[in-house]
Amino acid sequence: MSGDTRHGVGVSPGTAVGPVVQVAPPVRPPADEPAPDDPDAATSQVLESLAAVAVDLDARVEAADEHAKPILKATAMIARDKGLAKAAGKHIAAGLGPAHAIEAAVAEYAAQFEALGGYFAERVADLKDVGDRAIAHVLGVPSPGVPPLDGPSVIVAVDLAPAETATLDRAHVVGIVTAAGGRTSHTAILAAQMGIPAVVQVHGATDIPAGTTVAVDGEAGEVTLDPDMALLEAQRERRERRAAALAGVSGPGATNDGHAVALLANIGGVDDAVAAGAQDVEGVGLFRTEFLYLSAAALPSVEEQAEVYRKVLEPFGTRRVVVRTLDAGADKPLAFASLGEEENPALGRRGLRLCQAKPELIDSQLEALALAARETGADVRVMAPMVATAEEAAWFASRVAAAGLPKSGVMIEVPAAALRSRHVLAEVDFGSLGTNDLAQYTMAADRMEGELSDLLDPWQPAVLDVVAAACDGGAETGKPVGVCGESAGDPFLALVLAGLGVSSLSMAPKKVAAVRFALSLHSLDECRALAVLARDAPSAPEAREAVRAAASEELTAIL
Amino acid sequence: MSQRTVTIASSVGLHARPAALFVEAAQETGLDVEIGRAGEDAVDATSILGVMALGAKHGEEVILTAEGDGADAALESLVALLSRDLDAEEG
Repeated sequence: MSGDTRHGVGVSPGTAVGPVVQVAPPVRPPADEPAPDDPDAATSQVLESLAAVAVDLDARVEAADEHAKPILKATAMIARDKGLAKAAGKHIAAGLGPAHAIEAAVAEYAAQFEALGGYFAERVADLKDVGDRAIAHVLGVPSPGVPPLDGPSVIVAVDLAPAETATLDRAHVVGIVTAAGGRTSHTAILAAQMGIPAVVQVHGATDIPAGTTVAVDGEAGEVTLDPDMALLEAQRERRERRAAALAGVSGPGATNDGHAVALLANIGGVDDAVAAGAQDVEGVGLFRTEFLYLSAAALPSVEEQAEVYRKVLEPFGTRRVVVRTLDAGADKPLAFASLGEEENPALGRRGLRLCQAKPELIDSQLEALALAARETGADVRVMAPMVATAEEAAWFASRVAAAGLPKSGVMIEVPAAALRSRHVLAEVDFGSLGTNDLAQYTMAADRMEGELSDLLDPWQPAVLDVVAAACDGGAETGKPVGVCGESAGDPFLALVLAGLGVSSLSMAPKKVAAVRFALSLHSLDECRALAVLARDAPSAPEAREAVRAAASEELTAIL
Repeated sequence: MSQRTVTIASSVGLHARPAALFVEAAQETGLDVEIGRAGEDAVDATSILGVMALGAKHGEEVILTAEGDGADAALESLVALLSRDLDAEEG
């Protein structure tokens, strides 16, 4: 029979089986590393280690896919950098041992990058990766990070760094298991995008010996060690049933009694747009525009912005594209629009609040969008992030109208906007529930805090109550309300949302097929009944269980 | 000493990939090439960390200098590189 089963949080559905490959954590220099007796020998040791790291990375460049190649290549260049070696040499001359000297040199450059903000700060991870590898080499311990894979593997780690997930060998990684992380962590979002089954928050995951065969169930959130034939057979059958079922439905989303629920894609740039445009989706429910601004020294010109928007709009033809205007703030500072440090950026002047302080930001963005919309004939609808009041919604709507764009909307991610949605929606044409932030603000739990993952569960009945309040306002005003958060991609929760009155669901394109299938098995009245069950439950797990038990067996059979 | 002024065309600034391409090209010249802003200390253009720490963003003007045989031709090719949107050229 099967060995022990570890439970965690399933964040990317599907099942997988494979041997465990443990991702070694980075090792810090030992506190008792002695000052070098021979500074020249210590400097040579640093140079040797950096060179070995560079050679190792070169080898990985060869094996990597097109997406990962440039990242690894740039990382190899960092390992060969004269400046880094020189800085480490100075620290050795000042009395540090080789491992500490590398750490100190890396810290110096990291501080400079972090001060630059935006995309530059994101590269700190690559720099630290080089430092961690060189330190491991000096200490003679295994290199941190994902080792080269030679067959199907289940990757197990405390958590994966962004650089590690970006360079993941997609041909060989069949499953991802982490001890930390959360529903909205980087690992979860990326795994879902790539369609790799993943379970996070599995206690003791890093103690599973490398090479152990495990079965990963990314829906149930289970990892079974040494699974027996019966379990593997059941999972294989489920995979086949899933593929067959999902291939059997296509086109616009609808319940089995013909109630339309539009199925849309979340995108964050031109590449995403091209990929999603080729999929069976009804358009875009969330286009995040921050990538255009975060690394720019000055506000990009209207023409520069319009050029990018054209490229994003074109793949969708006449399908709708809902654009979220700039959602920057103190945690993602803009070089050209900083309002200074804030104690609590999530509650600070971010989103529309920043744009109200600097109206030129939003006016130029709306002008560029209007230009691109006219030229492409696309169905562009713009919405503002972080709206809390009807006055803010009215302010935004007037800017949108002045720019000559036909439709304005608001993100509903602040509970205040959800509770007062009949007044907020009266000012605009539509609303879109950002359930990740809505959960964060409803539950007073930081999205970035993996330990609070349970509070951020989108099945939290309180969050569903707030969603229901927003939908009631939509029904009263006759304005459509969609969902563009993580919850839209959960097939069971999608049924609940449809039952609450949500008219569109926007998600990672990979998740659309399962949601379409789920809707096609239920009537609108059944969805309403499921919504009542979820809201009657006293806790998130009980809400999920109640809906799962009452939903069509055809759906539970494939998930 | 030769000198050129150029505006960074890469939409994401001179960071990871564009910076790597630029540094590679600077290394290939075999010359001492420096990059910097007007009125500030220049950095070694063959150091990826130096170039990234410079933090040159989209639309910013930078000054390239080089010394030695073929410095003018080398700078011309580097100017041409920085005048392209390196990040838009995938692959």
